[in-house]
Amino acid sequence: MIARVLAIAGAEFRIQRRNRWLASATALMTLFALALTFAGSAPTGSLGVDLLTVAVASMTTLAVYLAPFLALMIAFDAVAGEAERGTLGLTLTYPLSRGEMLLGKFAAHLAVLAIAICLGLGAAGLAAWLAGGAGAESARALARLIATAILLGASFLALGYAASALSGSGAGAAGLAVGLWLVLVVLYDLGLLGALVVDGGGGFTRHVFPWLLALNPADAFRLWNVAGSQEVALVSGMAGAGAALPVWAAPLSLLLWPVLAFVLARAAFARVEP
Amino acid sequence: MTDRDTALAIAGLDKSYGRAQVLNGITLDVAPGERVALLGHNGAGKSTLIKLILGLIRASGGAIRVAGHAPGSPAARAATAYLPEQVAFHRSLTGREQLTMFARLAGEHPKAVAPLLERVGLTEAADRRIGTWSKGMRQRLGLAQALLGRRRVALLDEPTSGLDPISRHDLYAVIDEMAANGTALLIASHALTELEARTDRIAIMAGGRLVADDSLANLARAADLPTRIRLTAREGAADAVQAELGGTRVNGRAVELHCTTGQKMAQLARVSALGDAVRDIEMCPPSLEDLYRYYCAEERR
Repeated sequence: MIARVLAIAGAEFRIQRRNRWLASATALMTLFALALTFAGSAPTGSLGVDLLTVAVASMTTLAVYLAPFLALMIAFDAVAGEAERGTLGLTLTYPLSRGEMLLGKFAAHLAVLAIAICLGLGAAGLAAWLAGGAGAESARALARLIATAILLGASFLALGYAASALSGSGAGAAGLAVGLWLVLVVLYDLGLLGALVVDGGGGFTRHVFPWLLALNPADAFRLWNVAGSQEVALVSGMAGAGAALPVWAAPLSLLLWPVLAFVLARAAFARVEP
Repeated sequence: MTDRDTALAIAGLDKSYGRAQVLNGITLDVAPGERVALLGHNGAGKSTLIKLILGLIRASGGAIRVAGHAPGSPAARAATAYLPEQVAFHRSLTGREQLTMFARLAGEHPKAVAPLLERVGLTEAADRRIGTWSKGMRQRLGLAQALLGRRRVALLDEPTSGLDPISRHDLYAVIDEMAANGTALLIASHALTELEARTDRIAIMAGGRLVADDSLANLARAADLPTRIRLTAREGAADAVQAELGGTRVNGRAVELHCTTGQKMAQLARVSALGDAVRDIEMCPPSLEDLYRYYCAEERR
């Protein structure tokens, strides 16, 4: 099984490298991270924290948008594109289960994403440390940010496969992926915000809202990073929502999402007739 | 027959999509080393049958055993080679990388790849991206992946499409080699050409049914299609020839006759009795195409 998963992963990683996805994802990540690190360096003095802490707070906001986006862009073609090009039928006639095929692609795509995130956020972190200094606390916050961003990307990779398997064509899958991104990353938060305003600090705000936040992988990612570091929380101003939740809620959500989304993708893939 | 005797056994196979019945009671066996041509128009159900054998889709009724295993099971897939009609690969991989991936999936050592590339004449192109290749080269790579591993059953869907005459000749050699190694071959095609005529048995599908399943010689005998005899008469003698033998005048000097296999010799004797009134004679036995048309038309009646 491992040999077959590795065979798919090896070929897929080569394809991603040749298609320049690896290079463009890394470049995009690095560029945005560097830009945000230095654009967001203004409040350092007033809050009394080092530049890396501020950079981690800005990059948390960046990664919430960018990691899911890159993951979906890499993943949406995985099933629909292969079915459309006619490569899926031949591959599936080999003694390879659909789960193994999906797992191989997942491994390759996650490697691409991990490289882009490590290099991008790492480079910005290094730049912030050189320019404004860093402590043990802020270095830990950066490591946590990189690890959780990879988890967040993994969730959206698997969601992208599900979208790819559910829609019949590459174009349909791309549309569905953009829709997923909009709903989970942008509209979900807007909806919650609207509900908060209507509720005006009632029972919803205190008891339901924090759990709804933890339920969404993008918000769970934010909560985990904020709860992990007092200073990041101070800078990002998101401490309130996290405090109402048990410590394990956000990490559990973010760890479960990749697994559940992968199970969903596998189930959707089972219904594809190449 | 036991599973050991039949590499591929299909019994009473039905497949319907909604109310449309695509396959209707298909029964077909292929023994190890046997080459069977599967003929039929587009839409006759050939591709559906192949997908069912591969286990890519599920049958509505009937049974398939591939080397004794259920279609789509790991054992059946390990025993089956498949060459799709429109063979497609990842454009950004090189031929060697793509074939290595398939070798690893088939449980073969990557060392098997180089000799296979050599076998299909792709050694030179092997390290270029498949996106830059011609259709014929992709087709040959498709053939190379079908040769990976020790397969008991090979399904080739329109293997000659996109091949030039030389590549086609190589294909015949590869097919014969596979058969000699004991692989059961099912070769799907929409026409009866040289390749299909070289097989051991011909199965013809029409409208989702199997309308013929026999050797080419037996099919020709059963159809008993007329042999066409074309006579070129001496100048001015065409009318006399037609008066004697019947048939139809084709142009100024030729007369065309049709006769069954049994009448052939008698007809020839009458022609030679005419002496020098006939300048030339040409005999055309029924062509492969005539035979194929006959069996397909049979179904429509």
